Amino acid sequence: MKKYVGQSVKRKEDYRLVTGTGQFVADIKLAGMLEAVFVRSPQAHAIIRHIDTSKAKELPGVHAVLIGDDIKGIINPITQFESHSAVPPNVAKEINPKIQYNDESVLAIDKVVYVGQPVAVVVADNRYIAEDAADLIKVEYEQLKPMVDPYEAMKEGSPLVQNQVEQNIQMEFHLSIGDAKRVEQQSNHVLKARVKTPRLSSNPIETRGVIADYDNRTDQIHVWSATQLPFEVRATIAHCLGWTEQNIRVTAPDVGGGFGPKGGVHPEEILIPYISKRLNRPVKWVEDRLEHLTSARQSRDQVHDVIVAYNSDGTILSLRDEFVVDSGAVNFFGFTCAYNTAYHLRGAYKIPNYDIKSRIVLTNKTPNVPFRGAGRPEAVFTMDRVIDMIARKLKLDPVEVMKRNMIQAHEMPYDQGILVKDGARLIYDSGDYPAALNQALAMVDYEGFRERQKELKKAGKNIGIGISSYVEGTGAGPFEGALLSVDSTGKVIAHLGASPQGQGHETVFAQIGADALGLTPDDIVIKVGDTAVLPFGAGTYASRSAVNAGSAMHEASLKLRNKVVAIAGIILGTLPDEIVIEEGKIFSKENPSHFLTLQDIYKRSRPAARPPLPSEIEPGLQVTHYFVPPTVTFASSVHIAEVEVDKETGFVDLQNYSVVHDCGTVINPMIVDGQVQGGIAQGIGSALYEEVVYNESGQLLTGTYMDYLLPTSMEIPTVKKGHQQHLSTRNPLGVKGVGEGGAISPPAAIANAIVDALSDLEIVINQLPVSPSRLRGLIKEAEKKQSTILSK
Amino acid sequence: MKPAVFSYLRPTNLQEALMFLEEYGEDAKILSGGQSLIPTMNMRLSAPAYLIDISRISDLNYIKLDGDFLAVGALTKHKDIENSDLVKEACPLLSEAIRWVGHAQIRNRGTVGGSIAHGDPSAELPCVLTALRGEIVIANVDGSEEVLVPEEFFLTYMLTSLQPDQMVKEVRFPIIPKESGSAFLELARRHGDFGLAEVAAVVDIDDEGHLLNVKIAVGGVNPTPTALEQVEEYLIGKKLTDEVLRQVSDLTQESVDPESDLHGTAEYRRELAGTLTVRALKIAVERARGGNNNVQ
Repeated sequence: MKKYVGQSVKRKEDYRLVTGTGQFVADIKLAGMLEAVFVRSPQAHAIIRHIDTSKAKELPGVHAVLIGDDIKGIINPITQFESHSAVPPNVAKEINPKIQYNDESVLAIDKVVYVGQPVAVVVADNRYIAEDAADLIKVEYEQLKPMVDPYEAMKEGSPLVQNQVEQNIQMEFHLSIGDAKRVEQQSNHVLKARVKTPRLSSNPIETRGVIADYDNRTDQIHVWSATQLPFEVRATIAHCLGWTEQNIRVTAPDVGGGFGPKGGVHPEEILIPYISKRLNRPVKWVEDRLEHLTSARQSRDQVHDVIVAYNSDGTILSLRDEFVVDSGAVNFFGFTCAYNTAYHLRGAYKIPNYDIKSRIVLTNKTPNVPFRGAGRPEAVFTMDRVIDMIARKLKLDPVEVMKRNMIQAHEMPYDQGILVKDGARLIYDSGDYPAALNQALAMVDYEGFRERQKELKKAGKNIGIGISSYVEGTGAGPFEGALLSVDSTGKVIAHLGASPQGQGHETVFAQIGADALGLTPDDIVIKVGDTAVLPFGAGTYASRSAVNAGSAMHEASLKLRNKVVAIAGIILGTLPDEIVIEEGKIFSKENPSHFLTLQDIYKRSRPAARPPLPSEIEPGLQVTHYFVPPTVTFASSVHIAEVEVDKETGFVDLQNYSVVHDCGTVINPMIVDGQVQGGIAQGIGSALYEEVVYNESGQLLTGTYMDYLLPTSMEIPTVKKGHQQHLSTRNPLGVKGVGEGGAISPPAAIANAIVDALSDLEIVINQLPVSPSRLRGLIKEAEKKQSTILSK
Repeated sequence: MKPAVFSYLRPTNLQEALMFLEEYGEDAKILSGGQSLIPTMNMRLSAPAYLIDISRISDLNYIKLDGDFLAVGALTKHKDIENSDLVKEACPLLSEAIRWVGHAQIRNRGTVGGSIAHGDPSAELPCVLTALRGEIVIANVDGSEEVLVPEEFFLTYMLTSLQPDQMVKEVRFPIIPKESGSAFLELARRHGDFGLAEVAAVVDIDDEGHLLNVKIAVGGVNPTPTALEQVEEYLIGKKLTDEVLRQVSDLTQESVDPESDLHGTAEYRRELAGTLTVRALKIAVERARGGNNNVQ
């Protein structure tokens, strides 16, 4: 049956994308369209004393200038997204969360809480005039003490980022199984460490952008947004503006990358529709790169304090972790990232005593949201650094410690004894982690590497190898739908709620539909990213589209097939069971030469008096299916990094990068390889280059690409890829998500490799990125320490 | 990220360009390749009232031998230098350094005159010019010319002695003799970034490997590219022993005063300047010894 699933079918969307004929928000031009520009806060924490907009309003070509006072009581603030933040009752019972309300007005009212926060918006004939006018707006601020360090923010009496959030702790929870404290007291080996992951920016190649076009006659508004979640944007516009949801149509056109931060709803997505209605004109706003780096939501930024007890053979007995998430000025996603960290931390390992305390803290920085990996890179960096530190303390090879603690294949499905964020039990459904590790070790010739390492050491060269593994809950619910119909030309039109940002949805869903329906991918037209058609949709995030929308596509295709064979049976005078569909030809097994097409079935399916359809068959060829997964399904991976470190300069040369991964059924190997490679590129970025830096006054120091370093193709090796296919047991296709995985392990694998290359110096790397300056500092410190020891 | 309003002027020859400079110089900026100017205008960090686009002046685009010099017209693109066999022959150090200028896209548009006039202390061409003791030819509005050496021209960070009514016309790189060895080394966080430190070196040696002549400059670690005169003097008559190289590193570190930024502390960059100087010298001597200064 599987004909197209498993094939590297060429991407249907690529012709338009590579010929520059795709349509992104910035490409859309409407008659009479105005352009908006935002005035953003230059202060991290300040009272707005006065705003003078008079000169800006007088500038010819300016149509509107709005500030916070203009929308007070008119536009509701954006609050936590309930769809992502709600804690299921059974999870709440287990982790006892304390949550404080927090929100963000779409234009700052009374005070600003982060650099880059929208303070005013100017709408003009074009962007040039709008920027000229923005320069004429004068804002008087009275500075407040900025909260930059989350530990300081939590102190009693510290200034509050949001007045109603006491001690700036927006949420906290405690998850515990076993008795970690007792185990620590009884253990001979206890390791304590602080492990930090930096704050990151997501940097899609297309920045954000919104167009809104209000229609006075129907009171309807059409909004185009570079979003991952058109349905959430629609719901939030309705909530913030009090408009009828059905009058709002949100379209995500071609979207050039999302990675998570395009999955929240930003203030601009509310304001632009509001202004369009107010002026009764189409209004466009396209974020520029400076705005993206300051104002688009950021991510990560966790500090872990871990205490680990272990045996002399490397068996981990307990793990205690108190971690803080610096969420910036607002937390929209509740415990999404923090709980992801908490439930993923143990990964492929068995750790019976496990105690996690998490605090999500507000500071005067750009708000954080999930970003590719969403709490998992933080967990894996912490866990795999711990594994490596244990190995070095015990003078064991890290591989030995990994194997000592790993869940074995025969133990699957494996119950980790806690709950997933959605309330289901945390049970790994399938996978063989030790086999994946062995496969990866064979790929890099681990023994051979160790030999080579010894040889090169003699010649003064420092090469090192580092390993990381992860187990990742993918394909999060709640659901995704597919609405399929056949049109008069015989094409199958499929509408799905999960819209892409470059992943290749138009291709993979067509592959799935083609196999289920007996068609070719070209017979199926995939339509995505429009709230006008499907009543419900979730979106593309959390490595979920292939699992959820793919399964919905599969099930809906089977439903459509049932209807097609029923009608074909009537026309051909055979039982539906006797009908075969192959490459679009519909025939009876008995007589393949006499075939029908979908066009014939379509004609016969129309409501008609003569000949009528039997009463049990509804006219038309249209079906809908919503797929609701029981819970997440667990993908997994082993990453191995090989580096050479230049001791004198601290430069790290990433020489090879290898991965073995399991994402269940592979729908399109080419696309999967691309996802893995791309994810790893972002992971390498956070290992070696990327960090959002604020100074002590909350000023952003990484506001351009001269300072926020994204790796380019010159810094990224072609990843060697090995595959495993352990099918998911939680959806009809056996698929697991693959979108985020690549980004999860590189920081741990690369840090471990650097530590390994410098093993004689016994350096510890628990902070990212490993910049040459930082690493050279660690090397000098270690050399100094060693020479003091030697001289003693 | 849209520039403020400006008027655009496009002279077709040097004469006309100088005329525009005379009239608008104080309020004007010369647009050449635009690789540095346009971003600052888009960010509204600069808002010149006039842009004088000299990119269509065709007679300032050349690479030619002129006595002891390789003369390069101000409007010559980095890419032209990179692809020039004449440059490889006459000044291999320049060939080697030019590849460190940004990315291919930048080298396709960026010009030699623009790079020199911009005065960025971490730019590669000023560093090479400083090491070689080259010359900068400046055109005045009255048609006269001035010839300046790098230490007269580069004043401090992004500031040169070029006046608002002057323009860089030609940059003159001394020809490197066949028997010399040269090397350019740079370390940047990523390929194409501004260097954390960079070194340009040229040496002559005798048959035993004693240094007869040394020219060496560092970039990115002082407000201007800096000729390491102390190191040069120290090295004359010496071989590159471990002890000598240690001394070279120390002298280099004493000659530089870098600033801390996100990409490296001052201490790190100072040390890096020393390390790179040592490495560049070793390579240059190796190339001189091979009697083959071919830069790969």
